[in-house]
This record gives sequence, C-alpha cells and structure tokens, in this order.
Amino acid sequence: MINYIIRRLLLLIPVFIGVSILAFALLRLIPGDPAKSMLGNKATEAQLQSLRAELKLNDPLPVQYASYMKDVIKGDLGKSIKSHDSVIKEISTRLPATIELSLFALIIAIVIGVLAGIISAAKRSSWFDHLSMTGALFGVSMPIFWLGLMMIWLFSVTLHWLPPSGRLSVGTHLQTITNFYLVDSILTGNWFAFKDSLAHILMPGFALGTIPMAIIARMTRSSMLEVLNQDFIRTANAKGLAKYLVIFKHALKNAFLPVLTVIGFQFGFLLGGAVLTETIFSWPGVGRYVYQSILSRDYPVVQSTILIIAVMFVLINLITDILYKYFDPRIRYD
Amino acid sequence: MKRKSYVVFSMLIISLLFVIVGCGGGDAANQDNGNNTAAGDSSANKGSSDSSSDKTIIFGRGADSVQLDPSKVTDGESIYVTNQIYDTLVRYKQENTEVQPALATDWKTSDDGKVWTFHLKKDVKFHDGTDFNADAVVYNFKRWTTSADFVYYGYMFGASKDNMKGIIQNVEATDDDTVKFTLSEPNAPFLQTLAMPPFGIASPTAVKKYGDDYFKNPVGTGPFVFDSWDKDDKIVLHKNKDYFGQVADADQVIFRVIPDNGARFMELQAGTINMMDGMNPEDMQKVKDDNNLQIVNRPSMNVGYMAMNTSKKGPMANTKVRQAINMAIDKKKLMTLYQGIGQEAKNPMPPSLWGYNDEIKDYSYNVDQAKKLLAEAGYGKGFTMNLYTMTNPRPYMPQPKLTAEAIQQMLKDVNIKVNIVENDWDTHLTKTEEGAHDAALMGWTGDNGDPDNFLYVLLDKDNAKKGSAGNIAFYKNDQVHKLLKKAQITMDQGTRTDIYKQVQEIIHDDAPWVPIAYTTPPMAISKTISGYVPHATGSEPFNYIKFK
Repeated sequence: MINYIIRRLLLLIPVFIGVSILAFALLRLIPGDPAKSMLGNKATEAQLQSLRAELKLNDPLPVQYASYMKDVIKGDLGKSIKSHDSVIKEISTRLPATIELSLFALIIAIVIGVLAGIISAAKRSSWFDHLSMTGALFGVSMPIFWLGLMMIWLFSVTLHWLPPSGRLSVGTHLQTITNFYLVDSILTGNWFAFKDSLAHILMPGFALGTIPMAIIARMTRSSMLEVLNQDFIRTANAKGLAKYLVIFKHALKNAFLPVLTVIGFQFGFLLGGAVLTETIFSWPGVGRYVYQSILSRDYPVVQSTILIIAVMFVLINLITDILYKYFDPRIRYD
Repeated sequence: MKRKSYVVFSMLIISLLFVIVGCGGGDAANQDNGNNTAAGDSSANKGSSDSSSDKTIIFGRGADSVQLDPSKVTDGESIYVTNQIYDTLVRYKQENTEVQPALATDWKTSDDGKVWTFHLKKDVKFHDGTDFNADAVVYNFKRWTTSADFVYYGYMFGASKDNMKGIIQNVEATDDDTVKFTLSEPNAPFLQTLAMPPFGIASPTAVKKYGDDYFKNPVGTGPFVFDSWDKDDKIVLHKNKDYFGQVADADQVIFRVIPDNGARFMELQAGTINMMDGMNPEDMQKVKDDNNLQIVNRPSMNVGYMAMNTSKKGPMANTKVRQAINMAIDKKKLMTLYQGIGQEAKNPMPPSLWGYNDEIKDYSYNVDQAKKLLAEAGYGKGFTMNLYTMTNPRPYMPQPKLTAEAIQQMLKDVNIKVNIVENDWDTHLTKTEEGAHDAALMGWTGDNGDPDNFLYVLLDKDNAKKGSAGNIAFYKNDQVHKLLKKAQITMDQGTRTDIYKQVQEIIHDDAPWVPIAYTTPPMAISKTISGYVPHATGSEPFNYIKFK
C-alpha cells in the first residue's frame, strides 16, 4: 500500500511537467499581449517595450519556460503581471474560498444525492423514485447562472432570508487564519461570523452542488439496483434481516464503488468549474480569478494556478483510489 | 465490518445535521440583514479599529481595483477608489471639467507658458500624519519619472525611454508652500491634466515605507482613509475627519465587487448595497418602478465610433467612399441598441467638452446619395470589407456585436459586403493598432476634459503609428496636425476653441470615422442618499454625498 502511494506520488512529476508545458504553450497560443493588457490603450510604445523587456516577454519561449520552471522548483510561483503581487499571495485567500465552497457543495451533493439514490432504488417505481429522478434530470440540465439568479431573487430580494452574495456581511469582522471562513470562525470562537458565513455559503453551495447531486443520485440508484438484484441480498432478505440493515450495511457498501469514482471526479470539476457560481454569488474564489487572468493574459497567475489545481486533482484521485480499498477489501494495490 | 459501516452511516448523519444547522444559522444571521441597513453592525465586532454605521456608502461594481496607486493604473475601477483617498493639485469642478483649487490654492503661468508656479495649501496632513508640503509634491513628480510603470505620467507628459521626464523638465520647491514647474515647451492642457486622479499626491513617507507593497497601503490627503482590501471582494475606507475640504457625511465607504450585472441589481433591491454602476438596460424600468431607487446618468465624456483605415489601399483610402458609408448608416436605428443611454454623435468629441462644434451638420442617412458617391468613386458595384469588433460591451458601445451586425445590414443596401471579425478586447486593440482592419468599432473615454485629449490622441498623424496607434483610422492630415500642434501651445482658451472648431470641420469633410454615439452611463442609487453628482471623467469623490 505504502509502495503504491509512493509510486502514485512519483507519477506527479510527469503530470507536473506535462501540465506546465501545456498551460505554458496554450496561453501563448492565444493572441494578445500581457504588456498591452496591463498598460491599456493609454500606454506609449516606449512604455510597452520597456515592460515587455522587464517581463522577459521578448525571450524565446523555451528560455521563458525554463526560467519559469526554475523558479517554480524553488517554490516561487512568480508575480502577477497585473497586480505585481506574488501569485502565492494572490491565491492564498482565493483558493481556500473555492475549496470551502466546493467542499460544501460536495457535502450537500453527497448527502442528498446518495440518500435520494438509495430511496429511489429501494422503492423503485414509486412516486418518490419518479420525483427524484425527474428532479435529477432537471438538476443536470439546469444552467447555474439562471438557478443562481432565481435563488437570489427568491431568498434574498423577495423573502429576505439569506444574504445575496459574498462570503461575509459588510460589518462582520473575522480574524482570518486559514481563510476557510467556516473553520476560522470556529477556531476564533466567533459564532456570529460562523452563522454569517454559513448563511452566505448556503445558496452558492446549493447552486454549485446541483449538478453533482443529480449525477450522484442517478449513479447511486443504478448501482444500488444492480446490487439489490444479486443473490446475497436475496439471502439477507430471506433470513429476515431488517430492510434498512440490508440496504445500508450490505447493499450500499457494495454499490458505493462507482459512486465514489463519480464523487472524486466531481470534486475535481467543482474546483475548476466554479467560475459561474463564483460570478453570480460574488464569491471571491480562484475560478473567477483565473478566468479574469486569462482575459488579461496574466501568464504567471494562470500557469501557476493551473499547476496547483492539477496537483490537487491528482491527489484527490489518489485519495479516491485509497478509499476504494475500504469499500472493497478485495482490491490490492501491490 | 460492522464498525466500518457505522462510520459511514454516522458520517452521513453528521453531514445531514450540518446542513440542518446551516439552514437554522441562515435564518438567524438574516435577521441582521433583513433590516435594510446596508451594514448590519455585529456584536462580534472584534479587532477592528472602526465600527460600521448607518452612514455607509456601499458601492457595487463589476470588477476589483488592480492597484491602489493611481499613478500606476489605467483602469477606472482603481481610479474610482483612489479618487477618494488622494488629492491632486487642482480638482475638477463637480459639474464640469473646469478646474478649481485643491492642494494648490492658486497658480500662475509665465508669458511663454513654460513656467507654472503653484502655491500650496498650508497645514494639510497626509493620512499617516506626515506633513503635506512642496517637497512632497516634488517627490511625487520625481518618482513618476523613475519607471515606465507610471503609465499616465508617460502618456500625458510624453515621456520616452530616453527622456523619462517628458515635457516637465524640472520641478522644484522654491519654498515650503510653492512649487515651480518648468516645461520644455508650452502645454496648454497642463493644468487640466494635473487635475487627473493619476496625479494624486502620495505620502512620500508611506511610499518609502511600503516599497513594492505601497499599492496595497495607499496614503494620501483625500476625504477618505484606506482601511482594508479583500481582493475580488471589497475595499473599505473611512472618513477623514480632518479633511481640508468638505468633510464627508458618510462615515465609511465600501467598494464591493459583484461581477454579475443582474445579481448586483438584486443586491441594490435587497438593500445590501446603495449605489451601483453597470446596469442591464432591461433593469432601468425596474428602477423607475421602485420607490426606493433612482437613476442618475453620468455626463458623457466618450465617443463610440467606426474608424475606417485610411492607410489601406483600396476603397477606404477614398474620401468619397468614407462619406458614402457615413450616409449609408442610419444612426437613429443604431441608437435603439443603446437602449436609452446613447446620443447620436457627429463629432469626434462629446458635447460636454468646451470647443465642441455644434454648427457641423451631420451626414444625413441617404442610401441613394451614398450609392451616387460610391459610383463616382468607382465602387458602384460595391466591394467587400472587414469590420473588426470587440466581443465585450464597452461604456461607449453596450452591444458591439449587434452594432456590427446592424452596420453590416445597412451597408448591404449600398452593395458593400461586410465580414465581421470578432475578438476579445485585448486582441481587438492589438489588431486594430496594427492596422489589420478595413474598418473597426472603437471608442474613447476622455482623460482630462481637454479637446486635445480627443482630437490629438485619436486623429493626429503623430498617433497613427502602426503597433501603438490611438488613431486607428490612420488618418494623416497635415493641416489638422498643424492646427492641433498650435492649439497645444496656445494658452488662450478662446483661441483654442476656434482652432478645435476648425479641426472638427476638416475632420467632418474627410470623414475618417463614422461617429456613432456619446453615452451617458446610468447608475442606480438608493434614495437614502442625495447630493451625488457623477462626473464626466468617470469618477468623483464621495465627500459631497449626504444621507437623508
């Protein structure tokens, strides 16, 4: 097992190199000039040239790539062209915001999705099954921006139940440690801020969680149905085990493997795909930041953030693989 | 086995509880938000120097500031904030682009227009407690000549690699409260330029103290003091109680980033912000129907236009063709795409500027006349041209793609086939400055409220250089050049007005552009505040805003 983990971690190296080359090359294939986008159309040619020289944009691409990677290996992810701040500082508040939102969305998606899937499978063709599967169909096809705007309109503008956007209300103060606001407010014992940030994360969390929730529900249902038809379940039923025990203890564990795969994948997508949710709910996360950075050709920011997300994606997959072993002890990694 | 499945099950239960608690928490927190004061004061208000109050201006906008050092930025979102923190030597009047004293109480210029002497206000302090004086002014101007990063300095004063000072040869403090500028050539717009927010005077002590991080720790003399900046989220300022000008009524100003126009408007409706810009046109009616909201239009300081590339061999080089295109475009129809915020343009500068020539008669929409002119030019059978356009809306062109398509339809009537080439903004700028286009949609927002800033920047041959052109029509007219240069060294505003009017006439006849529209961007604000006068230059200090 340890060997396996080490092997997988070593695999990170080629992934790292591959992703960095891809990100580097793709960015430079997009027409546009970082110097121009930074100085705007007010800059003189002399200013543009001196900035290009300062950013070493005139060097041949392989030279640029080599010097970038040298810095990355030293732990220096570069400086944002636009803000002059280091990329690490820039994403130190934004990445936790995105991870917090994605985790929250995923928890909602798993809890509701798995439960709905199980009940639908157990009570196949019941009204609940039809309702939840129709709901799931809507869920996967729901445009997030529309759903998000409707939620704000209903819960904030009309009902005044929830704050429309952001991470904290104006006037709520929170001493940040990890930049995960829910965690920070617990660490500092600031319950007001905890409630406030929880109120803020609910709508974007649900909006972002809708699609994974629907996918998880459908996957759980079909996987459960397959397992419920197997002999050992019939045996369990025949020997008179309580139905919930049969379902949760015997069936769910065997049906969970494909669901776990989907969850692992979805988390990766959530991390990279929160752009729309972050935009609608003014969530100061990394998705929106990368999107803006692509538009302004902020090369170092985009390259480094893609690298970080790629590494996280690989790690999440590794964790998923390790979890497989828990759900199916027959799996061997040696 | 048994133990493990309990783990899974209890995890599910815990997660479920979490969600239930979450819903409860949402209700509780919301009692604070529900009472419509934009800033709910919190009991858990720890470790903060200020407390929020009812007198908080919360301004919702689409994007965050880039840097809070105005000398290094060109984006309006940065300037909007720094305009609250810094003062310039002179400021624009509230209602127009004429200048009035600010950090300087009075000034005089030598007869040859090369030496400007400013007397400074006494007893003014920076927000960090240090003294504002002539040395501070000199320090700032010297600082701006040290790097090409100081974009506006280089751009407004003509700095180059070999001459980082541009036209300002020397700045000296003749005594504690007097600064003398010596220019290499007379520059008529100089005073107007000094009123621009990028030339806000920063505390030399703070600049030295923070070094590379100064842009995150701005210190000026302005009506509001910087508190904090959460990137992509909010910037918080508080009132400068010792401000030398009008002390603000608002205790706090918060700039919040709310990227989506629709969501931002809903925040305004919900009362969590009290001012916003960047409204969707379809929301205008909702503001009118809402008793708590009002619309304020910003006076126009821009022009949206279609530039025709006169340097390209072929039809576009022909004046008659360009005039014909002017006649073939129905501006009245194009105005429908502006949804009530556009005014038909006939000159390359907006009517809010002095020197605007209102006697010019615009080309009237006339397809037959256009066809006749095209035939005279030898293009009776028509031709094919490309039209470059940007994908994203600009202040002077809210729907660039639809505008391009409408023009495509209109020109079809005179047998001109238009191929639309769409690019994102940066690419669009690069391509058009290189001259890749036959025609291109473009626009300009003025900087200092001087006609020179439109006519010289956009239509003088000095600025028609490929690769960095402001003049993307690549229009080169020697007479225009001579007149514009003369206006730059004439100090008398009356004479300059005459020159600019004449220039507008020549440009009208040569028709390098189809001027399309001047826009008056709408802002929606809550009726709880009054005294807000949006300025044509795009931003204004908030110290005049009153709470009811």
